Order: sequence, then C-alpha cells, then structure tokens
Amino acid sequence: MTDQTPAIELKDISKAFGPVQANKDISIRVMPGTIHGIIGENGAGKSTLMSILYGFYRADSGEVFINGKRTEIPDSQAAIRAGIGMVFQHFKLVQNFTVLENVVLGAEDGRLLRPSLAKARRELKALAEEYELNIDPDARIEDIGVGMQQRVEILKALYRQADILILDEPTGVLTPAEADHLFRILRGLRDQGKTIILITHKLREIMESTDTVSVMRRGEMTATVKTAETSPPELAELMVGRKVLLQVEKPPATPGKTILEVEDLTVVDSKGVERLRGIGLEIRAGEILGVAGVAGNGQSELLEVLGGYRKAKGRIRLNGKEIDLSGSKSNAGTRRKRGIAHVPEDRHHEGLILDFAAWENVAFGYHDKPEFNKGIFMDNAAIKADAAAKMERFDVRPPNPNLAAKNFSGGNQQKIVVAREIERNPDLLLIGQPTRGVDIGAIEFIHEQIVALRDAGKAVLLVSVELDEIMSLSDRIAVMFDGQIMGERLPSETDERELGLLMAGITDTDKPHSEAEIEANLAKKRASAAKEA
Amino acid sequence: MDFLTLLQVLDTTIRLATPLLLACLAGLFSERAGIFDIGLEGKMLASAFLTAAVAAASGSVLIGTLAGIGAALALSGVHGLASITFRGNQLISGVAINFLAAGLTVVVAQSWFGQGGRTPQLSGNARFETIDLPLAAEMRDIPILGPIYAELISGHTLLVYVGMLAVPLTWWVLFRTRFGLRLRAVGENPAAVDTAGVSVVGLRFAAVAICGLLTGLAGAYLSTGLQAGFVKDMTAGRGYIALAALIFAKWRPWYALGACLLFGFLQAIALRPDVIEGTLGFEVGVQLLDALPYILTVVILAGFVGRAIPPRAGGEPYVKER
Repeated sequence: MTDQTPAIELKDISKAFGPVQANKDISIRVMPGTIHGIIGENGAGKSTLMSILYGFYRADSGEVFINGKRTEIPDSQAAIRAGIGMVFQHFKLVQNFTVLENVVLGAEDGRLLRPSLAKARRELKALAEEYELNIDPDARIEDIGVGMQQRVEILKALYRQADILILDEPTGVLTPAEADHLFRILRGLRDQGKTIILITHKLREIMESTDTVSVMRRGEMTATVKTAETSPPELAELMVGRKVLLQVEKPPATPGKTILEVEDLTVVDSKGVERLRGIGLEIRAGEILGVAGVAGNGQSELLEVLGGYRKAKGRIRLNGKEIDLSGSKSNAGTRRKRGIAHVPEDRHHEGLILDFAAWENVAFGYHDKPEFNKGIFMDNAAIKADAAAKMERFDVRPPNPNLAAKNFSGGNQQKIVVAREIERNPDLLLIGQPTRGVDIGAIEFIHEQIVALRDAGKAVLLVSVELDEIMSLSDRIAVMFDGQIMGERLPSETDERELGLLMAGITDTDKPHSEAEIEANLAKKRASAAKEA
Repeated sequence: MDFLTLLQVLDTTIRLATPLLLACLAGLFSERAGIFDIGLEGKMLASAFLTAAVAAASGSVLIGTLAGIGAALALSGVHGLASITFRGNQLISGVAINFLAAGLTVVVAQSWFGQGGRTPQLSGNARFETIDLPLAAEMRDIPILGPIYAELISGHTLLVYVGMLAVPLTWWVLFRTRFGLRLRAVGENPAAVDTAGVSVVGLRFAAVAICGLLTGLAGAYLSTGLQAGFVKDMTAGRGYIALAALIFAKWRPWYALGACLLFGFLQAIALRPDVIEGTLGFEVGVQLLDALPYILTVVILAGFVGRAIPPRAGGEPYVKER
C-alpha cells in the first residue's frame, strides 16, 4: 500500500433493487495513473457499481471519495463535475449528429451553438494529437464504424476534462486490431496520469492491459490483486466460486457424411444492399464449423436464411436434398421439420417470448408435435412435463417452468433456448452467439452441450463474434467479411492475428499489415454496416 | 384566371395555411423532442373555444388569446404528465385529449352561452383586426409588385405574421442554439442527453410547453382571425392535417412552411370552384375539392411521398438503462 491518495475510493457501497442485493459493502481503492480492471460474471454487480459512481443510481449506503475528497454523486452532471467520464457498453451517441455535435452536447459554452462548436473543433484537434484519437469531426455517427464511435465516446469524456475514465465492456464490438488500438489509447491515457477503470468479463483483456484487478461475485468484492501476481485460472475461480475449465475439452472430430451444402448464397436486403455475396460452405456430420467475423458482416443473414426466415437466392442441400429458399413454404417451421434446429443470436427478440412462461417457450416451434396436442387442443400438461424435464437436464435455475422467461438470468434464458433446440436431436444445429451475456458457469455448460451434439454425429454451425469461443469450439473456422467468406482455416493452424486480418477483409495474411491499412479497409465497409444498424 | 383572382386565391391560401403552420410547428417541437402528439387537434379546439369565449366576455382578443394559450398549455401539461412523467402511451394520451376537447368545448359553450354549443359572434376588439403594412395603399398602383404587396403580403391579422415569423425562428432555435441541439438530441437518443448530464424530463416538458403555446395561437387564430367565434368541431381535422404536413416536411421548419402552404392552397381553391372551372375548363365537384386536403393527407401518411425518418426515440418514454 502506498501513501498516495487514491483517485477513487469507495467505502462500503451497498445497493439493493427490491430483494436483490446488487452491491454489498463494496470497498475499493483505485490509484491515480493506473488501469484497474473489474471482472465478474453477468449480474455480479459490476455495472451497478459503476452506475453508482457515474450518478446513474444512488447507493443505499456507503461513501465515495474522489482524490481523497468525499463526494456526493446524485446525478451524471455531478459525476462529470467530479472528473468522471464513462464509456457505456451501448454507446450514448445521437446517430444523425456529427462527431462534433455529439462531443459538445451537454457541455456547450453558451446558449448559442457556433462558438461552442468552434471551440470543440480546436480542442478535438489537440486531443487527437495528444492521444492518437484521430477522427473526422464532421462525420455523422451513423456513417462511422463502432471503433470510431467508441473513440467519440472517449473524446466526449476527455472534452469534459475527465481524469477518471470508466469503460464498460469496451471490446465486445471490436475486431482484435481495433481492440489493440483501444488498449494502446488507454495505456497512453494512463501514462498521461488518467485513471482508467475497465469493466469486462474477458480474462485475457484483464491480464493484458490492467495494473490491478478486482473480482466481483454476486454483489460482493471477492478480491483485489495486482494483475502481475495472478493468473486467469485463479481469477476465474474467484469469479465463479469454483474451479472452471477455461478450455473446452473435446476429442478430435470424426467427420462423417456431408450434412449441409451451401452454394452461391446471395441475399439482398430491402434497401437493395447485398448482405450475402455468394456464400459457399459445407458441414459434415460430427463437425462444428465456426463462423467468425465482426458483427454485421452477413453472419446474421446467413443464420436467418438457413433458419428459414429470410429469403435468398442460391442452393442449399440438407442430407443431399435441396431446400427451397424463396417459396412460400420456405419458413422456420419447414426447416425445423427437415431437422434444422436454430438457437438465434438474439434470444430476447428471436429466441424467446419474454413475457411467456418457460414451459411455453420450451414448446415454441415444436408446439404442433403430436405429443403436445390432444385433438385440436394443446396438451398443456404434457408440454409442462416435457419442459420441466428439459429444464432439469439443462440445469436451468430456478427449475420452475411456470416462471416467465424474462425472470430468468441471461445464462438460464439461453439454457432454455438451447435445451429446446438440442433436445429435438436435429441433424443440423444453427447456433448464434451461444454465450453472449451468459456467465462463465453457463458458458462451460453450453459449450459442453454443443460438443456433445457434435460427438453424437450431428452438424453444428456456430456463429460468434467471440474469437476465443470460435477458436476453442470449432473444428473448422470460416471467416466472414462484407457478406463473403474470406477463407477457411483449421484452429490448430491459425492464430488470432491471422483471423483478425481475415475479419478485416485482408486475405494475404502472410504479409505484414499496418494498422492504418486495416482501418482503411474496415472503414469502407463500416460506412454501410453502420447505416443498417 | 386573371392576376387579381390568383392573388385572392393565394391570399386565402396564406390565411388558411396559418393555423396549419402554427400547429405543424407545434408538432415539430414536440416530436423533435421525442413526444408524438396526436392531440394537436384537441389543443387547437380547446384554445379556439376558450379564446372566443373569453374574448366575447372581456371584449379583448388579446385576453382571449392568453386564455386560449392557457387552455392549450393545460392540455399539453396533461399530455406531458401522461407521457413523460408517467411514461404512458403517447398516442392514447393524445387521442384522449382530442376526445376531451371535442366534447368539453361544446358542453361548456352550451352551458355558458346557450347558443347551441357556439360562442357569440365576435366583433371589434374581440377579433384580430387586419394589419395594413406601411405604404400598402401607396404602393398598390405599382404594377405587379404593388398588388402583391398590398393584397398578398399586407392586410393580414397579427397571428398570420406571427406564424410566418415562427418558421425562421423555429429553424434558428433548433439549429443554432444549445437548446435546439439538446432538443433534437433528446428526440433521437435521450440516453445520450441523460448521460451528458442534461435533464431529459426538463427538455421534453419544455418542448411540450412550446407545443402548447403554438397550438394555442393556432386555435386562437381559428376562432378570432379566420372566423368570428367558436363553432363545434371548428378545427375540422386541421390538427391531423398539420401532422401529415409535419411528416411531409420531414420534421424541418422550412419544409413545414411549404407543406402547410400546399394544404392551405388546396383548401383555398376548394372555396373557389368557379376559378377551378375557369382554369381547367370543366367543372370539378365541390365535394372532391373539399376532400382534396384530406386525400393528400392519406396519401402522405401512406408513405407515397418518399421515406420520412421520424426522430428515432419518438413515441417511446425514456427509461433509464445502463
């Protein structure tokens, strides 16, 4: 312990939402000029704690000290005054405003805009030079990529003279190269004396970029350690409360006959933009094909076409038999009957009906099966019994089929969807972002189920933006960029750098590439991708 | 159609466009801040009634107008309370306001004046007088420009000029002031405003209040400028037409002026079937002419005039989220 004054000190912070204790007696000291990581599972209370620090919520009890001075933070304005800036996981930017307007918003100098904008333009230029935060001040947010948008968020904080910067899950939407760039920026900021708090659930980021790390579990701070003195397995254990397998254990694949053949698949969306441009791939029985890529490069469309709720041109054969891609019978129901199960990327909008009970959700898509029906009526008792059994096998907690889907945690919601699809014993499982917003314990479980399905001789198409997940689960990896497959690799013969280049649309991966080149290539594509979002 | 007839039609266009324009700008402020307001109609109606009633009682149109604005502001307050404070459904709140105003105005009018739901005929200081701009009479004899100035530009009531000046003022407020930047931001992404440390609720109430002020003026103009007293349902769907004009104008002030003038023009020619017949050479049914503004409204709302992107956060109550 040094005798330096901490930049931030929290003492005994508690916060409850109804009966749920989100934060319990949390104390933490963050030294100035350091990068401090906060790691924990979903729902561990990390974001709640930071929201208290940023004045979004008020703590029930406890004290906040900024640079040794006791500070009340009743609202965001107070946090900004105290020198705290926050980069949220979901950016708080106005899409059709320019970068400059977004930076100025809420920090204008007077009633008229022009002087404020002119001043901000000068200051942005200075900040850009100081911290490698180059950006076109007149670009509209909707026209720039997520990496750039994140820089705008950082600039917003710096423009408000923030000395303490909180970043909430900042790399979820970035390519590896962009994430590297971000961390370089953060290190630069730290070296200038800024204090940075990094909230993440990715152990690797903690290990690579932080000086100290605090671990949270179920609303409590379980440990604060120097990053150099800990290890990923130790952190994982602190997070979950038990030993966790970080690596998926899977025997080598034994691919059998071809299950899925996709040829020349093309999708044009309602605005006339080509989302898929001649996709071709093949998956065999007993094999997991991982599709990597930055979000918005056509992976979602691929899943939607295969899952039956988006029309397309091209050919798809399942077990050698052609599937209709554009007719009136091309829908999710007919796909399911053919043996394609689908765990959609967005479980809240596509995987579940949140207001419906778990048992109803477990039956969806299969509700017309004879075992679920008695004549023209649904056999609710049978459906409930079936749901209860599946929920037990998948260790859904609480194992109560009458509870509405929205009342389960993210991991348990995902287990409900996965149980519904996998238990139907499909020939082909489509699974998108299987562990997005899912805690480590549940990730482990879901990964095991996917591998088990593969070992039972089924084909799996895995789409994920998490490279770690792709690397550890896939038997083969296809990388998508701008609606095309840039290449296929074997996990044993590739690395993150190579995949990262492919994800940025660069195929000659043997040559060295500058970051500027990667960014230029991404920017081209991002302009249209950002519009869509 | 001779020049003077054209000027007359255009003159009527301006008069008929004014209530639409004021209501349209009212909607613009509200919707740019993310509060959809289907209750423009009801607020105009309430203001039209109370302006006429108070003007009749006090003999002063200005006092009447203040009362009318008060009525519209009160209804705006209700809408704000329902949709901002209590995060209710904005459409339902708006529809409720319309029903409330439609019923209440007639009932109260009957109770106060006993003239079958009307207010007494207004005259003198209880109406807005036309204003002759300087030199209007002198310039009348100058060819072309003279009549345009004297007939078209001069000789309107105060609120017509207020409406016209409100257009550049709205533009300036929206795009050149801090308040405008924040107002536009709160309609697009209130979370951005909130995290920047600015009150979402405060901004939205300010927008709704401006909306009340402008609909108040629109209603006052209907019963004391355009006509001389309140009659049942005298807004005749103008609130909805103003909404259609707002969409047509893509939520921009200058476009709003154009859209409202177009609607005003359609209403103006509906009053002059003789001119239509003279111009086109055949008779067009009065019913069809009367229906034209409404038909155009349907066409616009059905999206036949290109894609209009409404403010992204429009219609959604703001709930704090991380």
